[in-house]
Amino acid sequence: MKVKQQPLTLWERLYLPAVLEGFRVTARHFFRRKVTMQYPEEKWVVPEGYRGAPYLVRDPEGRIKCVSCQLCEFVCPPKAIRIVPPGPAPNPAAGRVEKAPLEFEIDMLRCIFCGYCQEACPEEAIFLMRDYSFTGLSRPEMIYPLDRLLELGGTHADSVWKWRNK
Amino acid sequence: MSTPPPSEPALPATVAVTIDGRRIDVPRTMPHPVTGAPAPTTMMQACELAGVRVPHYCYHPKLPVAGNCRMCLVEYGTPALGPDRKPLSNPDGTPKIRKAPNPVIACATPISPGIEIYTQTPGVKAAREAVLEFLLANHPLDCPICDQAGECQLQQYALEYGHAQSRFDEAKVHKPKQVDLGPRIMLDDERCILCSRCIRFTRDIVGDDALGFVRRGSHTALTHYPGRPFDNNYTLNTVDLCPVGALTSKDFRFRMRVWFLGETPSICPSCGTGCNMVIGARENVIYRLTPRSNDAVNQCWMCDAGRLNYSWIGRADRLAEVQVPGPAGSARKSGWKAALEALAARLGAAPRGSVALIASARLANEELFLLARIARALEALTDSIPRAGEGDRLLVHPDRNPNTRGAQLLGIAADPPGARLPAIAGAIREGRILTLLVFGEDVTRHGIGLDELDRLDLLVASDVLPNATTGRAHFLLPGAAFAEKSGTFTSARGRVQRFAPAVQPPGSARAEREFLRELASALTGEAFPDHASGLFDQMAREFAAFRGLTWAGLGAQGVALPANPP
Repeated sequence: MKVKQQPLTLWERLYLPAVLEGFRVTARHFFRRKVTMQYPEEKWVVPEGYRGAPYLVRDPEGRIKCVSCQLCEFVCPPKAIRIVPPGPAPNPAAGRVEKAPLEFEIDMLRCIFCGYCQEACPEEAIFLMRDYSFTGLSRPEMIYPLDRLLELGGTHADSVWKWRNK
Repeated sequence: MSTPPPSEPALPATVAVTIDGRRIDVPRTMPHPVTGAPAPTTMMQACELAGVRVPHYCYHPKLPVAGNCRMCLVEYGTPALGPDRKPLSNPDGTPKIRKAPNPVIACATPISPGIEIYTQTPGVKAAREAVLEFLLANHPLDCPICDQAGECQLQQYALEYGHAQSRFDEAKVHKPKQVDLGPRIMLDDERCILCSRCIRFTRDIVGDDALGFVRRGSHTALTHYPGRPFDNNYTLNTVDLCPVGALTSKDFRFRMRVWFLGETPSICPSCGTGCNMVIGARENVIYRLTPRSNDAVNQCWMCDAGRLNYSWIGRADRLAEVQVPGPAGSARKSGWKAALEALAARLGAAPRGSVALIASARLANEELFLLARIARALEALTDSIPRAGEGDRLLVHPDRNPNTRGAQLLGIAADPPGARLPAIAGAIREGRILTLLVFGEDVTRHGIGLDELDRLDLLVASDVLPNATTGRAHFLLPGAAFAEKSGTFTSARGRVQRFAPAVQPPGSARAEREFLRELASALTGEAFPDHASGLFDQMAREFAAFRGLTWAGLGAQGVALPANPP
């Protein structure tokens, strides 16, 4: 389809009125409250309930909640999660915890904060938290291992107590 | 009563039944799964023949019927009889059916002529839901850590017939968890639904009455005989039989979730029986071997030794580099092309009759076929290594090689295998044999010592793992394990069965078939197909023992060798 261009009117062809209109808009914003943030010196405070990067949490008694069921690994669309299950060897140090991941990695370069991991998790062990910006000097640095994810995730106050009565 | 009196007319061999409105003729009797004696056909068997699925836990087609899970409840009706014991008819002429007042278990109820079975009525659905609710009353919420999750019948039927919310407000009965039942089996009594499949299997199939229930009511628990571990060679079958996650394999425990495993049909290489199996692998790592049903070979069982014979495939010291002779008796790494060209030149120059070839009876038929061609071109003396063990009455064959029969039919192995080994060793000592090709064996453990190997002009070795022979080899050709290539084995009973690759070989290692094909082409001037199917078909055309067989015709279950080849 051919779109016919309307010829400019005399007012438009004068050019100067359009420039002055532009100045008027700029001047109006000049005296308003500033909305631009001086990122990264100034950081955005995310609202409550914001869903950023997924981290692992511990239960109130300090146990790892993740049982390495690998449902998050299965559901993860960009395949950012990598879990190594514990294997058959018993771990006396784990106490009542029958199964916990040997390794748990999230590649933060791949993660798209979609939240499927949190949705799939049957143990309420992974939550999308408030971090949204990641920087690093190498790719391996951006793959967060188990201890770092647990440290960033902190404790989740809940009433499940999965391993308390096992 | 074995034979009816002559005056009584013989009963017809089939019975007409109607299942969900569809009429089907089923045999009056079917063989008992253990004794083989004819037993009345049950509703469950009739439904299976009709292709109607009836949910069940304790029923298993290869085990005696126990009838204790109650999941297979169905409704039925029988032809109504009048006071004169004659069938009544509806006004439209169809036989009048009188519905039974209560549902019955399909697994243990025999069929009768004219019976109608209903598997999809609201009553049946309600019965299944009620049975499942009771089974789940004390079941722990272990699915996230349970190895059975993903292939669990309880999960499956809970999805189809379960309630989303439990109505059970009482405290669940807690039973022992992580019970060490034997060297390969871990039991979780809380998950057990008391179907007794494991008990029946080990008692009636294996003949080791090792398992049983103790205590009563909702505290009933499975256990092994006190003071005696559950350790026969077939214990891991109970893990497959267990419809829930009560019995789990210690080997597979917490190693991988089952839905990640790619499944490749294969054949067990641990003995001459040739059990059909499935390789479960993920990202080039094998996690488990499980049996694949084949009534002509292994039913649906497999021995523990065969199942656990895979960890060597992923070993770190696998041979992964081609080696050729370097300067002054040393060995150096090489590419395949240069190595095969150099090797073909050396072999071509070897005087006829000065070559011996020892090929493992663990190689596939196709590989042995190519080796037979190479041996013919070089006029080589050939044999295999015998590998004898103790057999049993169920599955384990005394011959621990999976393909001795194939090696003999293709002219590689002597009869009995290994009979020519002393002659080969003697000829090496006398200097008559100067070139030795060894495929997949360590000859230093079978009568050809390091002294003999040192006398050789040329030692060519191909193997998967390093050993004394590969350490002395001038040419080292890294090969592939059974799980890394496709091919066929001929079982001791003469059944040709196909296996497929599940993982990749490490480094430069290649399936023997691939480099043997190039070597055989260079030595004989013939062209050989570059895939196992073409090689098999060519072998079947050339060797009378395999005549009439085709790769495509072998299918998933294999084909028995023609008994009397023309």
